[in-house]
Amino acid sequence: MDIKDIIKPENLVYKRTPLLTSNTLSYCPGCGHGTTHRVIMEVIEEMGIQADTIGIAPVGCSVLAYDFMDIDMVQAAHGRAPAVATGIKRTWPEKFVFSYQGDGDLAAIGTSETIHCCNRGESIVIIFINNGIYGMTGGQMAPTTLVGMKSSTSPYGRDVAFMGNPLKITELVAQLPGTCFVTRQAVHTPAAVRKTKKAVRMAFENQKANKGLSFIEVVSNCNSGWKMTPVAANKWMEENMFPFYPLGDMKVDGRIVSKELLSLAGVKTE
Amino acid sequence: MGELQLMKGNEAIAEAAIRAGCDAYFGYPITPQSEVLEYLMSEKAYERTGMVVLQAESELAAINMVYGAASTGKRVMTSSSSPGISLKQEGISYMAGAELPCLIVNVVRGGPGLGTIQPSQADYFQSTKGGGHGDYRLLVLAPASVQEMSDFVKLAFDLAFKYRNPALILSDGVIGQMMEKVELFEQQPRATTFDQSWVTTGKTPNRERNIITSLNLDPVLQEQHNHHLQEKYERMKAEVRFERYHCDDAEYLMVAYGSSARICQKAVLLAREKGIRVGLLRPITLYPFPSEPLLELSKQVKGILSVEMSAGQMIEDVRLAVHDTVKVEHYGRYGGVIHSPEEVLDAFMKKIVGG
Amino acid sequence: MAKMKGAIVVDMERCKGCELCVGSCPTDVIRMAGEVNGKGYHFAYMEYPDNCTGCTNCAVVCPDGVITVYRVKED
Repeated sequence: MDIKDIIKPENLVYKRTPLLTSNTLSYCPGCGHGTTHRVIMEVIEEMGIQADTIGIAPVGCSVLAYDFMDIDMVQAAHGRAPAVATGIKRTWPEKFVFSYQGDGDLAAIGTSETIHCCNRGESIVIIFINNGIYGMTGGQMAPTTLVGMKSSTSPYGRDVAFMGNPLKITELVAQLPGTCFVTRQAVHTPAAVRKTKKAVRMAFENQKANKGLSFIEVVSNCNSGWKMTPVAANKWMEENMFPFYPLGDMKVDGRIVSKELLSLAGVKTE
Repeated sequence: MGELQLMKGNEAIAEAAIRAGCDAYFGYPITPQSEVLEYLMSEKAYERTGMVVLQAESELAAINMVYGAASTGKRVMTSSSSPGISLKQEGISYMAGAELPCLIVNVVRGGPGLGTIQPSQADYFQSTKGGGHGDYRLLVLAPASVQEMSDFVKLAFDLAFKYRNPALILSDGVIGQMMEKVELFEQQPRATTFDQSWVTTGKTPNRERNIITSLNLDPVLQEQHNHHLQEKYERMKAEVRFERYHCDDAEYLMVAYGSSARICQKAVLLAREKGIRVGLLRPITLYPFPSEPLLELSKQVKGILSVEMSAGQMIEDVRLAVHDTVKVEHYGRYGGVIHSPEEVLDAFMKKIVGG
Repeated sequence: MAKMKGAIVVDMERCKGCELCVGSCPTDVIRMAGEVNGKGYHFAYMEYPDNCTGCTNCAVVCPDGVITVYRVKED
């Protein structure tokens, strides 16, 4: 069969969602931000909620998320996206509100807003991109930078005695009564992307059902910051990030399902 | 005549917010303004009008909740006192940059730092010159009575929406805490329609997406935006408001706002008992500052005393207004201490009449 | 048995040459072009089009959403 006979409108099985604008993404080649943007927009398109969705962009690489998502968006000050989302959701409870934040934004400067928003159980979705580094400002150490990991402000590797420990904020918010759904996903393989999309769909469905806050961490690469090719960065992520930030659901429908968290709480799972 | 009540200034702010059809209040406790949030909660504002009232985890969170709700066109406010207002400056700068209407109330206490919980007027620079980073101005209203605490809530919301700009009520611990008779205005309905040309309430098929941001990476475009803001701040000068007290025959002048203006009224009468014809110009808007009426008055007087519970902040605007054509001096107790009319008169006699 | 026959269209000018699609293809269809696009990136293309089943893996993993996928059932 000739390619020309395959490439016909009636044979189309996948195309870029129209909810992504025609602007070229400002992200580096291979960056997980673009994939995550697309997944969120696909879910909003499939649920038919574009007219009722407001997104909050953070400070960081995704500060310009509003250039790429064809929805109403508000750009928040560094770390304050959960508070901005709260202001919108409280005054428009029937709308869908989500924040999109990086690790520095959500887990360093915005820790207070993150924890209190989760603890109040605001009925919103938080998408948290964790690449263990400050990408936008040139690769400085993040709250999630791994022990021993090099960055421009930990050039000899993160030394715990000197620089403190990496923060597993997702495990932390999973333990708060206000969160309904807490999960950690990735977007580096087709299977991982499909799982992330399912999680995003569940998060927005939770919001529709007013079940509480849904929190999705996406462990992602920063090949520029890590100084690797995109393919090598994803391999490094699998070998180094995933053991410390294991993928999977931590809390579903308000019940903790992570064995690690249950054992911390003294619950026997075996 | 409207409903009369004996109220604290802070309570009047809260009651007026409910009656002005305010959609949401986000705040954090701090003395001497905590009664605003307490009153909204005890009055069950959320039942009376459906207004959202939320105690945030910090002033930072509160102002950013205001930013979020204001992005959607809602009438939204916060209140705090000096150290809390300092924390809110980041959010206020973002709102000025993104041109969002909102109401901020500062019930000023003595500083710097944690300072004291007693009244002060030392946040004048912060309020009228911007406060946070960047070139911006707030609309600043300075109430001198509990009645004005109520009236200015409605006025501030109207002006904030007229100019798409944050408005600030600059009060102080005296006005916030003292009780006076207030004539309350009628309950107004909350807004049900929103200007779809800029609000972020969800992109409908009949319009382009709306974006609320203060970011523009292109310096030329950011300069254009700044030009637009400056042009707006010029237009805002049409809103100048002031009060003249015994000015017609005045040969000397006092300039004072807020609670200092109340004290100066008494000082003016004490001076007139001595046969000295003193007037008082009370700026009601601090931005825009009533420079022109002050310049006019300066032509008939021999000296001006700027009275403020600070080390001398407003005096800079007074001097700018009168172009050094007449002697201008400052007087004020500060750091939480309130000057008496006798102290003001004494300073006036020494610095202006005798000097 | 019916066999799936697929084809992809890569938006050459928007491709950033990250190569994630290459490794995600189960039938080894994609390679990076020797020449570069206007931005200076080597872009993805179908080197072995006959192998494509239209599984969409490459499009799903593409961070820039530059791949469109078509598929037909071939008897």
